[in-house]
Amino acid sequence: MSTSHLSSPLLCANELTCIREDRILFEALDVKINAGDIVQVEGPNGAGKTSLLRILAGLSQPYEGEVVFNKQPISNNRELFHQNLLYLGHLAGVKGEMTAQENLSFNLALHGLNTSAENSDDINKVAEDTLEQVNLLGFEDALASHLSAGQHRRIALARLWQSTAPIWILDEPFTAIDKLGVKKLEQLFLHHVEQGGCVILTTHQDLSLAKEKVKKITLEYRFF
Amino acid sequence: MQINTKNMTIDNSNTLSYRGAFSLIIKRDLTIAFRHRDDILNPLIFFIIIVTLFPLGIGPEASTLSRIAPGIIWVAALLSTLLSLDRLFKSDHNDGSLEQMLLSPHPVFILVLAKIVAHWLVTGLPLIFIAPLLAVLLHLNENSYGALMLTLLLGTPVLSLLGAIGVALTVGIKKGGVLLSLLILPLYIPVLIFATSAIDTAAMNLPYSGQLAIIAALFFGSLTLAPFAVSAALKVSTN
Repeated sequence: MSTSHLSSPLLCANELTCIREDRILFEALDVKINAGDIVQVEGPNGAGKTSLLRILAGLSQPYEGEVVFNKQPISNNRELFHQNLLYLGHLAGVKGEMTAQENLSFNLALHGLNTSAENSDDINKVAEDTLEQVNLLGFEDALASHLSAGQHRRIALARLWQSTAPIWILDEPFTAIDKLGVKKLEQLFLHHVEQGGCVILTTHQDLSLAKEKVKKITLEYRFF
Repeated sequence: MQINTKNMTIDNSNTLSYRGAFSLIIKRDLTIAFRHRDDILNPLIFFIIIVTLFPLGIGPEASTLSRIAPGIIWVAALLSTLLSLDRLFKSDHNDGSLEQMLLSPHPVFILVLAKIVAHWLVTGLPLIFIAPLLAVLLHLNENSYGALMLTLLLGTPVLSLLGAIGVALTVGIKKGGVLLSLLILPLYIPVLIFATSAIDTAAMNLPYSGQLAIIAALFFGSLTLAPFAVSAALKVSTN
């Protein structure tokens, strides 16, 4: 990447090997992610994109290798790592029994919103403002189970606007999001990396971001 | 601690306290339970139905019923807890919120403990309130009511805590229902034995503090250890 960084990489993975159903997905994979990187993980279905992201997030254990954050394996400093990580998986993590605003407020509070919003009223206010960002204004008090798939996704993605975590790991963030929403997200990614964060994502859509801005990791489908 | 760049710093200042995280999860789970009332009502109705079926099947003689009342109430409590356990982590697992909890910067056992407490509040606590009424139906010896309440108060949390381990282990399996019963019911046996024994002893007007102490020991043992087992099991299940 062209951006100037003298410090050590934000997140790196050494010699990762992942085996699923007796099939090697990838072997001795090294990943180095610096502040300022947008990394797109590519590959056909079943190549191990999601497995790689889950290993990087610390949700799955690799068969071999380790993920290093802040010069330590992430299993040694789990809490610090998770404070600096925002992971969104295939599943939105949105509860149908709660309203859009309650979902977002809970997510923000659980993952530690900035200290200025300590009490729940403040968090609710922030959540309301953030929902406006993702075009869900007017749906704050609608139960999530009454909303569409895309709106679910937007509730989950709304967290990005309030995130202070430098490392974003997003698995198919654009699923069910309309074109305008995708544009807005891409702008947000750019803003995020300019501030010294990094974004690791998988998507089958072409990013409209300039080619030199996006680093790619390509996984091949292996038959053995 | 700070390693990089303009305004993105690696810091550990801006998270909730343990108590904050604990009450956040309890509040959320209670909200969900009250909006999804089946979760509360199903186990409770199941409990009431099992207990009321016994007098119909066995006959109304007071002596027989009062002899088997402790066992009936406790077995019904075990089964209705088992019925409600599945929901403890299943829906969170299915919609991805479990992953988000595991990825939050809080110790997992705090979050797990909060979920178990919330589960007990909506499934265990109502049993304690309804049990004395059902005991009347079964002609429970009048000396035994205190023992019944105390054993339920100490025993039902144990059921939730131990059950959570089984649920956490089977949450990734599509049809884990039978496996869950096989895993969990044997672990419930000590609670059942000492609880019914305490109630029987109370009926004879003898001190039952010994049995109660053992149930209390089970309670504190599982309260301190189960959350760790559950967090480990959840990590395996989501791997």
